[in-house]
Amino acid sequence: MTSASTSPPVTEMAGTTTSYADHSAPLWRRLLFTREMAIIALTAALVAYAWLGVENFAGPLTVKYLLQDVAPILLIALPMTLVIVTGEIDLSVASVMGLSSVVVGFLFSHGVGMGVAVLAALVVGVLCGALNGFLVAYLQLPSLAVTIGTLALFRGIAVGLLGTTAVTNFPEGWRELGTGTIGESPIPLVMIPFVLLAIAFSLLLHFSTFGRGVYDIGLNKEAAHFSGVNVARTKFLLFVLCGAVAGLAGIYFTLRFGTSRGDNATGLELQVIAAVLLGGVSIFGGTGRLHGVLAGVVLIGVVSSALRLEQINVNATNIIIGLLLIASVVVPQVVAAARSRTPRKSSRPTPGAQHGSAAAGV
Amino acid sequence: MTAPATQDLAPTEELLTDPSRMPRARRILLGILRSRELAILLVLIFVVLVATSRNSGFLFSSDGWRNFLLNPSILLLVAVGQAAVIITRNVDLSVGSVMALTAYLTGRLFIDVPGIPIVVVFLLCLAAGALLGLINGALTTIFKVPSLVITLGTLYVFRGVMLTWAGSDRINAGDLPRDFLALGTKSVLQVPVLTWVAVAVLLVVGYYLHTARGGREMYAIGSDPDAAVLYGLRVSRRVLLAFMVSGALAGLAGAFYTARYGTVSSGVGYGIELQAVAAVVIGGVAIFGGSGTVWGAALGAFLLVTINRALPSVGIPDFWQQAVVGALILGAIVLDRFLAHRQAAKLARARESA
Repeated sequence: MTSASTSPPVTEMAGTTTSYADHSAPLWRRLLFTREMAIIALTAALVAYAWLGVENFAGPLTVKYLLQDVAPILLIALPMTLVIVTGEIDLSVASVMGLSSVVVGFLFSHGVGMGVAVLAALVVGVLCGALNGFLVAYLQLPSLAVTIGTLALFRGIAVGLLGTTAVTNFPEGWRELGTGTIGESPIPLVMIPFVLLAIAFSLLLHFSTFGRGVYDIGLNKEAAHFSGVNVARTKFLLFVLCGAVAGLAGIYFTLRFGTSRGDNATGLELQVIAAVLLGGVSIFGGTGRLHGVLAGVVLIGVVSSALRLEQINVNATNIIIGLLLIASVVVPQVVAAARSRTPRKSSRPTPGAQHGSAAAGV
Repeated sequence: MTAPATQDLAPTEELLTDPSRMPRARRILLGILRSRELAILLVLIFVVLVATSRNSGFLFSSDGWRNFLLNPSILLLVAVGQAAVIITRNVDLSVGSVMALTAYLTGRLFIDVPGIPIVVVFLLCLAAGALLGLINGALTTIFKVPSLVITLGTLYVFRGVMLTWAGSDRINAGDLPRDFLALGTKSVLQVPVLTWVAVAVLLVVGYYLHTARGGREMYAIGSDPDAAVLYGLRVSRRVLLAFMVSGALAGLAGAFYTARYGTVSSGVGYGIELQAVAAVVIGGVAIFGGSGTVWGAALGAFLLVTINRALPSVGIPDFWQQAVVGALILGAIVLDRFLAHRQAAKLARARESA
């Protein structure tokens, strides 16, 4: 028998196919008319509107609280972007945050020094990420199911360790790290590690071989494997990074609110994922860039902050975030459909337009 | 390479390649013995036995028996709907928010329309849920976008609508008719009424998925969406139906919630979407669709709720219950992978020796 009898598997086209049309436009147009720029423009317009139109928005206090509020989401969105670009997902990040927060409180209340407790929380974050990574990358289990499991597991350990008690009496110097600002400016201290990590992650994703591998895996795992990308190791490392940064965010959360509780940061995972998807990352992987994601996080932060100052019912924030999220996937499809209906000289395929069937959902 | 299908197989491989040659009774028996559902049922029985041996009131008291059957019925409804959606390779994260909306709708109806028949309220909740499911399904199928993103969006939208609608208003037991609240505790033939309803729903959905053409097509869509399109299946229509079923059942679960607990606050159904997905995964439905049954999902829901209630009676503080649930989910998927691996190896061996 020859192998001709087995038909080749139908592979789904994902992400952008580079063609002549992609390079026919001038560079400035290719840089300007992108998903990311649309989000950034929307965010900038909203900030401008709030700055001029919303009372009390234009002030250092707003900037401080806004940045403090979105800091955990900003931090976790960095590794989460990379994870989603590979086509995987990590739903357990909020539970890792909760566990890391509890580890700090638990060790501190048992007489361990604050420095050691914080280090231990980071290590716990790395271990949590390593467990996720091992199950997803090396046992090749679906990350959606695995991280729903570890979401419950890590949260359960966190709640189990502290029960309903809360640890609150952290030393003032340490608390200052969570609540303080840089000098006299309204920028919170947590922005220092964030900016460092943001630089590191953009170098990693956009300017390194490792980052190209991340995109390759998202576009086509088999092709990535055959072109020499170590798929399993890449995924494992990304989950470890996700756990480590979530651990860091948990420490920040503890210091900022001065309390360590088992239910800290419950439900934050969906906010992080909403922000990443809003920022233009495809849930199928292979597309998306970090600056779009960061704009997405800020967009959500500004919307909720401005609405709160306008005394509009806080619930309207939920509705707006939800609608933005739906629009972020629906609008590109509508645009692509409209483009394909009106014949043009250079029709550019839009990312996401080629995802085969309606049912390819998860 | 692969052996031609016409070649004679060694007698030992009969079982792997041609199960229909076995006597029907034996085939069905083997199928049941090997099924995931039986395994979960055994675990469930084991949990109940251990808990009851420590504390006989776990099962053998009027409260214990009632809670054993009644508490899982809400998650069971949501998990059955979720299973139908996951089988088509989609996911519905908005079920908790749908539940919250219809739970509040239930209370509102009793307050605003005095004397409204209880059956009508249940039907309205079912219809409202189906409508919300239709929104999810329509967005997913018309625009051909991932359901994970759409339903994550509607999770926020529906919850926001519910909170805006309710404001600081709460529904209390005093607002509800006595008959309706009695429904939450009443039993017929020693089994609570709500459990009867949930089991009836389970039977209908299970029968449809197992035998009806539409149900089988849902499996086909889930195992390979592209092939389903090429084969001419009405993919959009089936996926839409799955979402409507999930929405309708979440809507019904909202009415159940109000009947069972008598109060509706802003947190109704918060986080139940992940519990439902967990129940489905434990029940043996593959997260990427195409396999598994709603029976398994229902048993998974039963197991999750029962374990939560059993832990304190075996001496584990109930703070640890979530950790146990998490370990259970991970165990279930690792076991699935192991079994699938073994089966693949077995088939490969059979092919080589043929």
